[in-house]
Amino acid sequence: MSTSLPPTQITPDISAIDAARLVASGEVSSVELTTLFLDRIEAHRDLNAFIEVPRERALAEAAEADAKRKQGAIAPLLGVPIAVKDLILTQGVRTTAASKILSNFIPPYDATVVSRLRAAGAVVVGKTNLDEFAMGSSNETSFFGPVKNPWDTSRVPGGSSGGSAAAVAARLAPAALGTDTGGSIRQPAALCGIVGMKPTYGRVSRYGVVAYASSLDQVGPMTRTVADSALLCGVLSGEDKHDATSSNRAVPDLVAACQRPVKGLRVGIPREYFVSGLSPEVKESVLRVAATLEAQGMIPVDISLPHSEVGLAVYYVLAPAEASSNLARYDGIRYGHRSTDAKGLTEVYRKSRSEGFGREVKRRIVIGSFVLSSGYYDAYYIRAQKTRTLIAQDFSNAFRDKCDVILAPTSPTTAFKAGEKTADPLAMYLNDIFTIPVNLAGLPGMSVPCGFDGQGLPIGAQLIGRPFDEETLFSVAAAFERVDTSWQKIPNGYA
Amino acid sequence: MEFEVVIGLETHVQLATSSKIFCGASAAYGGYPNEHVDPLTLALPGTLPVANKKVIEAAIMMGLATNCQIRRYSRFARKHYYYPDLPKGYQISQYDEPICEAGSVEIKLQSGAKRVIGLKRIHMEEDAGKNIHDVRTESSLVDLNRAGVPLLEVVTEPDLRSPAEAAEYLRVIRQIVRFLGISDGNMEEGSLRCDANISLRPLGQSAYGTRAEIKNINSFKFVERAIEYEIARQQSVLRGGGVVIQETRLFDSASGTTRSMRGKEESADYRYFPDPDLPPVVVEESWIEQIRSSMPPLPAALRRRLIDEYGLSEYDAEVLTAERSTVDYYLAVANAGKNRKLAANWVTTELFGLLKRDGLDIENAPVSAERLGELVGLIDEGVISGKIGKTVFEDMWSTGRSAAAIVEEKGLRQNSDEGEIARLIEGVLDSNPTQLGQYLSGNERLFPYFVGQVMKATKGMANPQILTKLLQDALKRRTGE
Repeated sequence: MSTSLPPTQITPDISAIDAARLVASGEVSSVELTTLFLDRIEAHRDLNAFIEVPRERALAEAAEADAKRKQGAIAPLLGVPIAVKDLILTQGVRTTAASKILSNFIPPYDATVVSRLRAAGAVVVGKTNLDEFAMGSSNETSFFGPVKNPWDTSRVPGGSSGGSAAAVAARLAPAALGTDTGGSIRQPAALCGIVGMKPTYGRVSRYGVVAYASSLDQVGPMTRTVADSALLCGVLSGEDKHDATSSNRAVPDLVAACQRPVKGLRVGIPREYFVSGLSPEVKESVLRVAATLEAQGMIPVDISLPHSEVGLAVYYVLAPAEASSNLARYDGIRYGHRSTDAKGLTEVYRKSRSEGFGREVKRRIVIGSFVLSSGYYDAYYIRAQKTRTLIAQDFSNAFRDKCDVILAPTSPTTAFKAGEKTADPLAMYLNDIFTIPVNLAGLPGMSVPCGFDGQGLPIGAQLIGRPFDEETLFSVAAAFERVDTSWQKIPNGYA
Repeated sequence: MEFEVVIGLETHVQLATSSKIFCGASAAYGGYPNEHVDPLTLALPGTLPVANKKVIEAAIMMGLATNCQIRRYSRFARKHYYYPDLPKGYQISQYDEPICEAGSVEIKLQSGAKRVIGLKRIHMEEDAGKNIHDVRTESSLVDLNRAGVPLLEVVTEPDLRSPAEAAEYLRVIRQIVRFLGISDGNMEEGSLRCDANISLRPLGQSAYGTRAEIKNINSFKFVERAIEYEIARQQSVLRGGGVVIQETRLFDSASGTTRSMRGKEESADYRYFPDPDLPPVVVEESWIEQIRSSMPPLPAALRRRLIDEYGLSEYDAEVLTAERSTVDYYLAVANAGKNRKLAANWVTTELFGLLKRDGLDIENAPVSAERLGELVGLIDEGVISGKIGKTVFEDMWSTGRSAAAIVEEKGLRQNSDEGEIARLIEGVLDSNPTQLGQYLSGNERLFPYFVGQVMKATKGMANPQILTKLLQDALKRRTGE
């Protein structure tokens, strides 16, 4: 292993924007920067944040970035190492979705978001761990083992983008990509004390992202600063001819939006999000955010989102329904795990899938197949779709009449102990009670660090915006970040 | 007991687009196994379908051609089942919101009467691949070239009453898709396939009997045969006091029989639901109008036009509109040759004759429509006679030269000089006193004899109409003398 010592001004706490600036100015090379983070990833393997680290390839990409810089190339992330959730396809680099069934799958193409990262000059340092097929809230369902939370390694990092969250919190990469179907970016961001952003549905292409629930899935950045989040969000966003659900709306300058004044903006506080099940410390911390924003000239308003309370129930009909369909392609015929002792077609299907999928994935396939089956479809799927519309209407009413942005907790609690909820799926599902309605309504949502509980575990506040109004979200998040220093704290042992 | 036969057909029309319905891979027929395959066709993780606009246009066109209502808002839905030739584990189809509904087509019965067959719906979907079972190695291989090739499924109401009607309906559908240019309608290559729902009911009963669905009918010949077999089978079941069970049966073309594939209770639950990867298909009125105005005319409209505007007989109009290539050819001949009826005669007799003799399709005719039109023009203007025209046409056919060039070179221009013909007539009458005497005393059958003599004198080049007229005049004069 060749480890060149980086210049002293480089610390692993560097932001993506600062890293890009240093590479662009020639003060540090991408190879030095990439080596630093590859070495840290290696040194902190115990976190189990990564499934695949293509070291040589990453260094080659870094060298290429350096060569491009010398030729005068300018790109927003030129030479900056970025980690990518292993649900997102990387050409030539194994992509597993943390499942045994894809444990040997090497994609022949890059996801659109990866192509965009590369076009922006980024170096892919590794593929981060996750809950199998993004189904989970604690990163304990991964075929490659659980991820540990760097704030307390006996605790979970949240999920499903737990590897990305842990990697960014532990300073193993300046930034990472996650995906969010019901909170999978925001909840682990909250539990790991980082910034997690889920863009509006349709803002970012899903092409090349292993599908979980197609009408809810969205890729987004996981970073330590709001500005980094804005930069990455801008890089990832935009129409993609390969994704018919991607939007052709113009992508505004989101980094510039971070500087926009927030005075006079109305922040809605949904009363249904501050009730039972919410830990008092989280509640207190999030309400303090409201006070902080008010001190900056924003106007807190009480709002009601009455249908959000059934969001969880709706989600656990619709997401499994779509998942049961999306996962039908993993049949052991063309790629992926195929059982070695199957005789005949039916056995190939049954054994390959029985062996290849984990328990939680199977649970959701069974639920999904059930709610779509004839005789139950109307009572479950159709009813859930109707209720989904009501949930979305609550938000649009609030945004039309009352407020410009909504403030809510991201997760009802801080990071819980590993194994604490694995035996009780319902308790596990409740983790996403505040994030799920945002996916159902297709809105942009963001979790920002807003404090710590008595045990020193990070707390996240969730900001929710109008569809395609990521600008307001970033302006509010940045305004909060300027006066609250929670985001600066580094977990012990990861400085 | 006598039974009435009730038949509904589900016809799959493979569209002749260059790429597949949801990706850029080639939709061409044939190729090496798995040559026309891309990440989406393989259903690799992360791939997403994007609807091919040409497919939606073809569906709208077919809907307009069959008097359907075009839905302004329709959806793609997923139909789930496991089979190795179905890579995603579901087929993208349309379910409760198909693009076209409530249409009709007119068919002509053998009696000459016409019947309107209702169409329930037309929807878009993707084809599956093909499994090949290798008996030698006891293994199965999958070829996904066909997976994702666009199909239209055209579903009739249970309006057909006999195997012959079903076959005629299929011919009409084939003709429409070929005229629209959206499919080659080739049954042998699987571009047109159909499933038949068949039931019997006692004559006079209004409720339908239990139906059986016959799958895998892939030629015109087999449509009638499969249905005939199934009718006979159901009849014998019912006459024997049994009941027809609702099931899916497979037609075996080798034995001409149908056999049970699966019963109702084994029928799969396809777990349809709207495909979340594909936004609803929204069809604006302006789009429909644009398609309507750019649509090629259909056989029925063309037949009307040929009868009303071109003055052709119903029979000629029918023959000339059998294929789009034929009517295109005819219209070009008629345009170039002015005399539309004469053009029709030349196409249906001389052209068809030589095509048949040489085993050629009209697309490969060695004489272009414009050249044939020129020949028809020469005949119509009296430059050459129809009889000479036939030899000129043969010459054009084999040498590829134009009619005018052949006429000039061989001196085939007919003689229309009235003065000269009149002189020759007088000469012939004068030099055949015996025959003239017989004619004048009442033997009018000798008229052609004089025609022949004058023709001989002009080496066959006299304009027959002028010759006839002048000869009649000359004979009349001599009668009066």
